[in-house]
Amino acid sequence: MSKLYESQKLALWYFSVALVLFGAQLLFGLLAAYQYLNPDFLYGVLDFSINRMLHINAMIVWLIMGFMGGVYWFLPIETGREVVGIKLAKLAFFVLVAAVAVVVLVYLLVQTGKGDFFTLWFITEGREYIEAPRWADWGIVAVMLVFYFNVVATVIKSKKLTGILGVLIIDLLALAGLYLAGMYFTPNISVDQFWWWWVVHLWVEATWEVLVGVLMAWALMTVLGTPRKIVEAWLYLEVFLVFGTGILGLGHHYFWIGTPEYWLGIGGFFSALEPIPLVAMVVHAIYDAGSHKLRAANKPALFWIMAQAFGNFVGAGMWGFMHTLPQINLYSHGTQITPAHGHLAFFGAYVTANLVLMYIAIQRVRAPEGPALDSRAWKLAYVGFVITIFGMVGALTVAGFAQIFVERAVGGATWSAYIAGQEHPWVREPMYWRFGFGVLFLLSYLILIYDMLTIGKRAATATEVKPA
Amino acid sequence: MGIGWLEVTVAAFVLTVVSGAFLARGSNWLEPRFWKGFAIGGSLVMFTLLWILTFDTLKKISMGSERVPSPTVINHKIGYEYNADRRMYVPVIGEEEPFFGKKWSEEEAYRLITKGKLVIQSRNCMDCHTLLGNGAYYAPDLTKAWLDPKWETMIKPMLKVETREEAIATWLMNTDKYPTWTRRMPNLGLSKEEAQAVVAYLKFMSAIDTNGFPDHFGKTASK
Repeated sequence: MSKLYESQKLALWYFSVALVLFGAQLLFGLLAAYQYLNPDFLYGVLDFSINRMLHINAMIVWLIMGFMGGVYWFLPIETGREVVGIKLAKLAFFVLVAAVAVVVLVYLLVQTGKGDFFTLWFITEGREYIEAPRWADWGIVAVMLVFYFNVVATVIKSKKLTGILGVLIIDLLALAGLYLAGMYFTPNISVDQFWWWWVVHLWVEATWEVLVGVLMAWALMTVLGTPRKIVEAWLYLEVFLVFGTGILGLGHHYFWIGTPEYWLGIGGFFSALEPIPLVAMVVHAIYDAGSHKLRAANKPALFWIMAQAFGNFVGAGMWGFMHTLPQINLYSHGTQITPAHGHLAFFGAYVTANLVLMYIAIQRVRAPEGPALDSRAWKLAYVGFVITIFGMVGALTVAGFAQIFVERAVGGATWSAYIAGQEHPWVREPMYWRFGFGVLFLLSYLILIYDMLTIGKRAATATEVKPA
Repeated sequence: MGIGWLEVTVAAFVLTVVSGAFLARGSNWLEPRFWKGFAIGGSLVMFTLLWILTFDTLKKISMGSERVPSPTVINHKIGYEYNADRRMYVPVIGEEEPFFGKKWSEEEAYRLITKGKLVIQSRNCMDCHTLLGNGAYYAPDLTKAWLDPKWETMIKPMLKVETREEAIATWLMNTDKYPTWTRRMPNLGLSKEEAQAVVAYLKFMSAIDTNGFPDHFGKTASK
């Protein structure tokens, strides 16, 4: 077996930092979840707002780092050569890690600032999900430009523009371009949120979905040996369906922010179609796994591929559809239904995809000639994650429904109605279940880390099964 | 203008099918090239339509438009009433009233609103509250917070102040001392000027036409 490309070594660094940030995400998530049960906990020291911001920002950053790792992993395989500008890529990695560390320290130690532009540039931008201060935004743009240069230059040098690479190049351009819409201040909150959703929605419900489509295409070829022609046809179909429904599906965020009434119809209609590409992926996954009788040389990767297809459909598709029509969203918007959807969708679509990529890399590093990559620990982590994510999501869904009735439909959405909703047992008690399942989710994470550190190590010399 | 959501939707469909079929012409539907045609056609059509709608929307939500008021709206009484024609609750801008004891000029009001928005972002309000329904779910939605009955029924008597704007500003500067239930808002160190700017922003925001969100705010279902 040939040596790893430098680009693949860089991918391993990306995966490692991603896993650390995954742990940070869970830690701050648990702190925030516990504050629902005991609001005095760390009050005035590490308030809910800070924990919640770190919970979500850590997630966004680690998922992106995992995806970048995935691209750096597969790019040399796809093009058959070392990535162009690999030294620059490594430098960009360290810049990114250092920037993330500084941003997190400022979040933790400084937290907030005066209401002026200095705060927006150096402490927090205060716009949900993309709170990173402006200097860090530009840092991210610089790192992304290096990343983009690596991809494009490598493809040009290798003179191999496959269909998958074509989709990747266009998708990354859109993904990076959209981030620019996030660096913007206006006193008009309707205009603010209009552009803000361009970043948030067109990332997670369009360009991220396609990026994951690209990475899963490579994963299917690696794990199951699916022919390129089939994978590419599916990828194009997916791009067609994801962009065909998701771009105007953006309208489901434009129901209530001051934007014109026609968005109720456009957003409701197109976002209702958004689950279609996700159903298509489930069909594909069942077909593929069935034709291989659930056997592959990389067991955990195969099962996480299945989890990705189903998780994306259930989390993004079903839980999204549940509250996407304006008639329902008028009452459900901004209730616990939203985090129920958010938790399941991000886990189902993106966490699973990252784990697939990581297990593929682990197999290549530890057992490239076989035996099949397998262990008891990955199964335990797998079952643990699936049960506990549904536990958390189930709890939040129950709380969300009760909140819709008590606070919104009956109470008229005021401050008092909000409190009445939150104190209702059907909202209060699920918050305990959520925290309990959250603790178990963290345990599953620890088992996952243990497995990733040990799987394939002991039997690395035996060679009965060749990877597909 | 006779173009509504249905026309846009039908146009999106027709254009997607036509452009996709044109780009995919001559290829079998099981070939990647067929779906490549639809991927390119569909994406271009949808993205173009999004840009057209974006220009239209931005025009309709500029400050001083019918949907998003001018900052001087803080000089007026604001209500939230059911509109039978549109079948939804809409903000109603009423007669003039002093805000912090004076009438604000257009320039002063704009500066105050801008300051308010900066304060809201600098204190990460959206990581506990929702604004226009977006944010976190640990604290009440602030879309129509200016109109909340609690300022009159609880906060004003508690702080012994004359006006609603004074009540909100004073409360915002002393949140840790006046808990309203088990979850206390942390004291975010707002100066008097910052607190007034936030109140102005809340009042401005409550006058935005949000297509009836939140439904029947401040009125219980039994009424």
